[in-house]
Amino acid sequence: MAVIGGGPAGIAAAAVAAGLGRSVVLLDASPRPGGQIWRHRDRGTLPVGARDWLGRLEASDATVLSGANVVDVAPGFRLGADVQGRAVTVAAGAVVLATGAQELFLPFPGWTLPGVVGVGGAQALLKAGMDVRGKRVAIAGTGPLLLPVAAALARAGADLRMVAEQAPPREVRRFAASLWRTPARLVQAALYRSAFATVRYRWGTWVKRVSERDGALLVTWTTGRSTWAEPADLLCTAAGLVPCTELARLLGCELSGEAVVVDHEQQTSVPGLYAAGEPTGNTGMEAALIEGAIAGFAAAGQGAGARALWPSRARHRDFSRRASEAFRLRPELRARAEPDTIVCRCEDVTLASIAPGWSVREAKLATRAGMGSCQGRVCGPALRHLLGTSADTVRVPVVPTPLGVLAGLTAQRDDSRGAS
Amino acid sequence: MTSRPDAIIVGAGIVGAACAYYLSRGGLRVTVFDEGFAGGGTTAAGMGHIVVMDDSEAQFALTSWSQRLLDDLLPAMPRAAEYERCGTLWVAEDDEQLDAARGKRTYYRDRGVETELLDARQLGEAEPQLRPGLAGGLRVPADGVVYPPAVTRWLLDQAIHLGATVREGVAVEGVAPRAVLTGAGRLEADCIINAAGAGAPRLTPGLPIVPRKGHLVITDRAPGFSRHQVIELGYLRSAHTMSAASVAFNVQPRITGQLLVGSSRELVGWDASLNRDVLGRMLERACSFMPGLAALPALRTWTGFRPATPDKLPLIGAWPSVDGLWIAAGHEGLGITTALGTGSMLTDLILGRPPAIDPAPYAADRVMAEAH
Repeated sequence: MAVIGGGPAGIAAAAVAAGLGRSVVLLDASPRPGGQIWRHRDRGTLPVGARDWLGRLEASDATVLSGANVVDVAPGFRLGADVQGRAVTVAAGAVVLATGAQELFLPFPGWTLPGVVGVGGAQALLKAGMDVRGKRVAIAGTGPLLLPVAAALARAGADLRMVAEQAPPREVRRFAASLWRTPARLVQAALYRSAFATVRYRWGTWVKRVSERDGALLVTWTTGRSTWAEPADLLCTAAGLVPCTELARLLGCELSGEAVVVDHEQQTSVPGLYAAGEPTGNTGMEAALIEGAIAGFAAAGQGAGARALWPSRARHRDFSRRASEAFRLRPELRARAEPDTIVCRCEDVTLASIAPGWSVREAKLATRAGMGSCQGRVCGPALRHLLGTSADTVRVPVVPTPLGVLAGLTAQRDDSRGAS
Repeated sequence: MTSRPDAIIVGAGIVGAACAYYLSRGGLRVTVFDEGFAGGGTTAAGMGHIVVMDDSEAQFALTSWSQRLLDDLLPAMPRAAEYERCGTLWVAEDDEQLDAARGKRTYYRDRGVETELLDARQLGEAEPQLRPGLAGGLRVPADGVVYPPAVTRWLLDQAIHLGATVREGVAVEGVAPRAVLTGAGRLEADCIINAAGAGAPRLTPGLPIVPRKGHLVITDRAPGFSRHQVIELGYLRSAHTMSAASVAFNVQPRITGQLLVGSSRELVGWDASLNRDVLGRMLERACSFMPGLAALPALRTWTGFRPATPDKLPLIGAWPSVDGLWIAAGHEGLGITTALGTGSMLTDLILGRPPAIDPAPYAADRVMAEAH
């Protein structure tokens, strides 16, 4: 069994299946397991649950391949990974996709300016040591992720000026009120908020445009009714998260919207292929852990173990559903791009150059949108939101891979190289 | 469907687009159908190499004449056509292949095509990324590259300007004498042109065309890595076998600085899936010629279908068993190069004018030997 992705879902899947005696290999692109949420942190500062799961993974017989970018999965399943410049192939009877989510960037005028970063991107930059002391920072985005990022920026010494949630106040209030069902989340939210208690935290507010003035950013904010501009040195903005489904699409899994369709056992429409966590559209670490564990049980043939976790999964799915309803993207976010706004930043393609009604492949061939080094990972979801196009075909390699490594992954030899 | 066109073209690939362009210029009212979108099929899957070939006299005649037609049109084409006269560099691995290069040179010289024979040192200077120890090569400076979907679009736009209609997303389900049947109804015209490429036999059973699959890879930008379309002379040998899967070294610099890396050929019907064995062998062969390729990031891989005929020449001309039906298909891997010659020749035949080159070798109903 191969598990792709070393965040909570992948860790749970690998630890559970290995604990049941399965031969498991976990392939993770990061230097060490933990995913976006637990990465870059000393073990001692992690929450108890995280430490428990990482401990379970380490104590298990699962093989962990870190720095492993899975760039190809052939039906059957034969995985090809670029492991720090080495071609590694893995033959697996079952695969769990725990590939997480990425930020959704909906283009608006100025979104490609230096100093404009993602919300999760800002968090990753902080963890990597970015110095924000004294910098005027504004955050604009949506969903529960805003709070920990705001707290982290404030703790890092940023001059935090604004935290803007695009969802309408009544939706946020209703969502917050529903948190009594999960008191731990309420406490967590309050703790985060206390870290930036003196900063404006506005609901129903979003960025309309950004320009450069006097060597800084000039952010134009709007509530729909009123519009005003404020300077900033750093703007952290995104329109929430979108599941990473490249491998699922490569293998022909059925999708619903942006999410991979799974059954009760987390199995996709492709037999033997499971998905857990963000790719299934269920957001958050808790849902990822439960779904990963269910996938681990199911892929190991332990249906009873999987079934025992169904009620817990149902609760987390309920939370996830309430969150996605409350933080649904307002249509105004899709209407911000102007004709000369860049929609594909790799190839400098403007919105105006894409004709209405084009398929994503047609747009690609006509304008090069999605042909650059990100291969449509950024502009693909944006164009799907802006123009309602369907997802483009996924091509191997799913992330840019040195040609020599790709050659080693695909050429079949007698001395077939296996990782496990 | 109200107004009756003079000619209906099935397929808006580069060949169908070239037919639409020349027929419109010839004064005919043209309607073009494509089940997908213009230039989205085999046209989009290829490299866009404009190359004069010497496989046979007929192949030379069509490729070199097409290149002259392109030269005439280039000044009017937009930047998006990405034309670049990068030349072709045929690489000889050993003395035997260098002899073949000399033969090629004589052949081209006798027919007025400029070439340049390179020894091992000159080859290294022309393409520093080639591995040392190669025997030499032959440079054909007038060859070039284009971006085929953009050229296709431009040809169709010119035709539209002259009154043509292009209907994308409409599949032609059947061809009858002087009529086509589409999902949107029946449309009549004096001439029906089947330019459906590898799909042409679906509408005209009996056409000796089979889909021949190929793989391509594109890299991230690496400006200056390579200056020519670089092909191994062994390509000729591998391109000629119709049986087993074969790979050959073929690298092309794009105007963006990206590199297209090929090539492979296999007969597997319409199975578009990645053949990872063939892909791996293709890339290893490429890296064996240009070791520096191994470090370049590969962005994506895709497959496409060349419309192959047993004698490697396209089918251009009347299809006598169906009244009013003409064929412009079966261009294998040379459709980008020979589209203009095809469109021009077919237009001359339809209008009863003598074509610039002898059309007999391309006759759609010619008798062909089986593949060797």
